[in-house]
Amino acid sequence: MKSITLEVNGRTETVRVAPRTHLADLLREELRLTGTHLGCEHGVCGACTLEIDGAPARSCITLAVTCDGSRVRTVEGFEDDAVMHQLREAFTEHHALQCGYCTPGMLVTARDIVLRLPDADEPRIREELAGNLCRCTGYMGVVRAIASVIAVRNSESGGR
Amino acid sequence: MKAPAFDYVRPASLDEALTLCAQGGDDAKFLAGGQSLGPLLNLRLARPALLIDVRRLPELAGWRDEGDTLCIGAGLTHAAIEDGALPGAVGRFLAAVAHGIAYRAVRNRGTVGGSLAHADPAADWVSTFALLDAQLEVRSARGVRIVAADALVEGPLSTALRADELITAIRVAKGSSDARRSYRKFNRKPGEFAEAIGGFCADPASGVCRAVIGATGGPPVVITDANALLDSDDACVAAVDAAGFEPGSFEQQVHAVMLRRAAHALRESVA
Repeated sequence: MKSITLEVNGRTETVRVAPRTHLADLLREELRLTGTHLGCEHGVCGACTLEIDGAPARSCITLAVTCDGSRVRTVEGFEDDAVMHQLREAFTEHHALQCGYCTPGMLVTARDIVLRLPDADEPRIREELAGNLCRCTGYMGVVRAIASVIAVRNSESGGR
Repeated sequence: MKAPAFDYVRPASLDEALTLCAQGGDDAKFLAGGQSLGPLLNLRLARPALLIDVRRLPELAGWRDEGDTLCIGAGLTHAAIEDGALPGAVGRFLAAVAHGIAYRAVRNRGTVGGSLAHADPAADWVSTFALLDAQLEVRSARGVRIVAADALVEGPLSTALRADELITAIRVAKGSSDARRSYRKFNRKPGEFAEAIGGFCADPASGVCRAVIGATGGPPVVITDANALLDSDDACVAAVDAAGFEPGSFEQQVHAVMLRRAAHALRESVA
């Protein structure tokens, strides 16, 4: 077992982990943050996507022990985030989820698209979403929700 | 799926990492971004006794301008390259290739050296750096040596690297201002591993004209004198046939189409 210290949703946590434990298991089993979902557990489905040091990452193929000293933000850690608030409203309005299993990962990816690619059009949004599988919605609602947040933000910033 | 048990160390320096790997023997493996090794561990296709974490080693970070060549630190992530970390025309070409690798969440952690060492025949850097005739700086506790990128992959997930060796840098020629490069791949969904890759690299100043047929299931096939392919679709098909694909098969056709598209793209490209 290794002792690691990492920041999770703004709180400093010191935990002991086996090197083989991936980050999602640490969050779910030890820290009881079950908003991070596990689908394929080999980096394909995107359900476990969260933020490490400010950038989206797959928590199922990231060993927890490698996150010693890192900042981790899960879907539970965006309460005060204005963009995430807009996205959650838009996901509801545009029916961007049904069962909700993919949603935590979708939201983290969606936030990255909105912030990193403020000019993204529908084809680009779809391309960027390729790493997050949804088996309910057919993606139409997800794409519309993200596009609507981009449109609102661009109109608020004076029509880019 | 959960990874098997292993031990883990995060050395503070490259020298320490190389020494640990030499002591660990065949059961020790380097871990960088973990975006290839992570899935292999979870699927239990890899069962190392010791993982040596090199992701944050300063010796593998960033890049250097070496005059005619760009020396790319093996620890640079695909996302950093996608976002324009590397300068010039070759930097822009590498950015475009990086954009097509897996998904942003993977690109944020996956490293260029890790992807090369993993040696999936369908991976983008394996074909790209073979095409560009890049030279890999490879280090172990025994010293340093250079491996040509087009001689790295020996088969699926199998390389010319010895168990204690680590790719530390990739050197690629900047080329002249007239140099042109193109890269095309076919995959069923953005971010999936390619089913076929084709690429060209031509520099009139040095007379270089290379092509690559990638995602072959084995090493990328490099054609070092590819001038004839540039202007002839038939020559592209013949090159794919010569690479061992069965004429008329799906694999042969999709590789031929990617090579032709890359040839057309090169002809239409501007530096």
